[in-house]
Amino acid sequence: MTADRQAAANRRGASDPALRRGLTTRRGFLGAVGAAAGAAALAGCGIPGRGGNGIVTQADIDEYWHGRSGKGHINWANWPGYMEDDRSTIKAFTKETGISVTYKEAIQEAADWFGKIQAPLAANQSIGFDLMVVTNGIQFTELVELGYLAPLDHHRLPNFARYASAKAKNRAYDRNNIFSIPYVSGITGIAYNSKYVKEPITSIQQLFDPKYKGRVGMMSDSQELGNFGMLALGIDPEKSTEDDWKRAREVLRSQRDKGIVRKYYEQGYIDAVTKGDVWLTMAWSGDVYTLSSPDVKFVVPKEGGTIWSDCMMMPKTAANPVDAIRLMDWLYAPQNNAPLTEYINYVTPVPAVQDIIRKDAAEASAKDKPDLDRLATSPLVFPSPEEYAKLRTYRSLSNAEVPRYQKVFQTISQGA
Amino acid sequence: MRRLRGALAPYLMILPGGLWMAVFFVVPLVFMFSVSLMTGNIIDGFKQTWHWQNYTDGFHTYGDKLVRSLWYGLLATVACIALAYPAAYWIAFKGGRRKSTYLFLLLLPFFVSFVLRTLAWKLVLTDNGPLLGPLRNHGLLPSDFHVLDSGFAVVSGLTYNFLPFMVLPIYVALERIDYRVIEASYDLYASRTQAFLRVVLPLSLPGVFAGVIMTFVPVASDYVNSEVLGGPNNVMIGHIIRTEYFDNSSYALASALSFSLMALLLVGIFAYARALGTEDVLEAAGR
Repeated sequence: MTADRQAAANRRGASDPALRRGLTTRRGFLGAVGAAAGAAALAGCGIPGRGGNGIVTQADIDEYWHGRSGKGHINWANWPGYMEDDRSTIKAFTKETGISVTYKEAIQEAADWFGKIQAPLAANQSIGFDLMVVTNGIQFTELVELGYLAPLDHHRLPNFARYASAKAKNRAYDRNNIFSIPYVSGITGIAYNSKYVKEPITSIQQLFDPKYKGRVGMMSDSQELGNFGMLALGIDPEKSTEDDWKRAREVLRSQRDKGIVRKYYEQGYIDAVTKGDVWLTMAWSGDVYTLSSPDVKFVVPKEGGTIWSDCMMMPKTAANPVDAIRLMDWLYAPQNNAPLTEYINYVTPVPAVQDIIRKDAAEASAKDKPDLDRLATSPLVFPSPEEYAKLRTYRSLSNAEVPRYQKVFQTISQGA
Repeated sequence: MRRLRGALAPYLMILPGGLWMAVFFVVPLVFMFSVSLMTGNIIDGFKQTWHWQNYTDGFHTYGDKLVRSLWYGLLATVACIALAYPAAYWIAFKGGRRKSTYLFLLLLPFFVSFVLRTLAWKLVLTDNGPLLGPLRNHGLLPSDFHVLDSGFAVVSGLTYNFLPFMVLPIYVALERIDYRVIEASYDLYASRTQAFLRVVLPLSLPGVFAGVIMTFVPVASDYVNSEVLGGPNNVMIGHIIRTEYFDNSSYALASALSFSLMALLLVGIFAYARALGTEDVLEAAGR
């Protein structure tokens, strides 16, 4: 190589061996930095816990509500089948108060809903709703613990104080109703399509009968599913232990592996049992009256069903809490609650509604009378104390128990 | 100065894309990998404990779902090739002036939302619906036959939903073939079969290769189809990752499962590329 060619090569830069070595070392250096940064990121400080926010004082409540005023609008997230098709209850509310309501059937399953709202609430952002309805279960407790809910100002809830039944007040899942008041309660039992099932359904065992292979629907919600597995074994879910859970899991697994379960449903079961894709399925009491055909019957099995409450609550980031709490209270006035109960057929937290429905039945036309009569005496809408005795409640789970419980039952609907 | 600018140009061109990938792909990926080794729960928080057991736990609990996802992915990909190749062939060689119309027709369903299309299947395929009801009533199907909530429904749904990703690359590859090459093979006394096997097929393989990557990867990690069309024995890993992450808030396990899936998919794709001889394939695709 001559001198000037060498010089030319130097000018070209990159092809010079020395320079190339420099590049490699520089690259090596950058690589080392990158690896170090990566390791630091890996070892990172983790995701901080946000629990322990379930305790609030009167001062917290006053602080939350201080200086807030109504804005004339509410965004409300609710479950399917929880409002008249023509939304007449909402229309009546708007007419009386001038507050407009955007109503969406946004909630299909408690866990799924929690998954959707968790991230924005953790970031203290709006979820787009001022009012939502969540079942007293694992997710309810998490919402409380994580401090995602606005505390209620009971000075703004006079109707609740006056008309709510004792069963709607001060329950274990929300002492003193600090964060929630019930929207409705309901019973989990069995729905069956009498076009296909030719025997009376009376027992949970029939959900496990191989005769109905591929025709049984179960719920995917881990608490609903776990409760039925335990009830099938004669265990009271409320008093169950971890060993009981595991025994129930085996029963539910074998039911699945024998091909008896057609599908684990969130909301779709009512459609499936109406069309005959499944013949009998776990079901919620009111849905059967509201959403399915007359062929579909609902029973509380003799081993017992479960009773739960879907509660109204506000995320702490609600834009219109004053309007939302007004609606919550408005729904507790018996004359406002009665039409809703007549339509959705769930257990109302306002006992005085029964008298109104009786009166409506007495005055109703021949066409509506049988339905209102049935409703006024229905044990599914107005359970008697004896019927309440047959019903079990959800077990309340501690923070430490939740992951263990979920590991046992959530995996069943996922095929594990 | 100009030389410097010239030397910098390629870096400047890669900068926006590179930054984009760094911020939205590499950083989350590193973070996710970190999360996959943590322990904890959402209430008490997650801590880095280098808990490799998340991976073994994931395999132990959901290993068969991982395998099933790859298997369904394979079935749907093969079905896609079987359906897409003849269609693309016909459009490319016999489509004439209306080629773009036919392509548009193929793509038309994709202007409707993915979830909506899958839900529409449910209406048609329900046990007593417009399709199966009459067939069963006439004794053509056994009384317990059903399509919904079965593996068949899931694989069919996957095939249907990802078909265009297979048709388009194959079509592009076939479209580019110079017809004179085929004529030349006839001139050299090739039969129609030979011309196809020895000229058209090898030239279109890059399209198939691209199609396989574009279908297999998303299909194997899909979660909508198994959720809507499948039953308890057709759960796919995508659905599990989604529920573990969003419903159970078990971020660590979900991340570990995601990484396992990614590793398996990468291994699968590399094995496939190796078997097909990527060198040739990629080179041909680059031409």
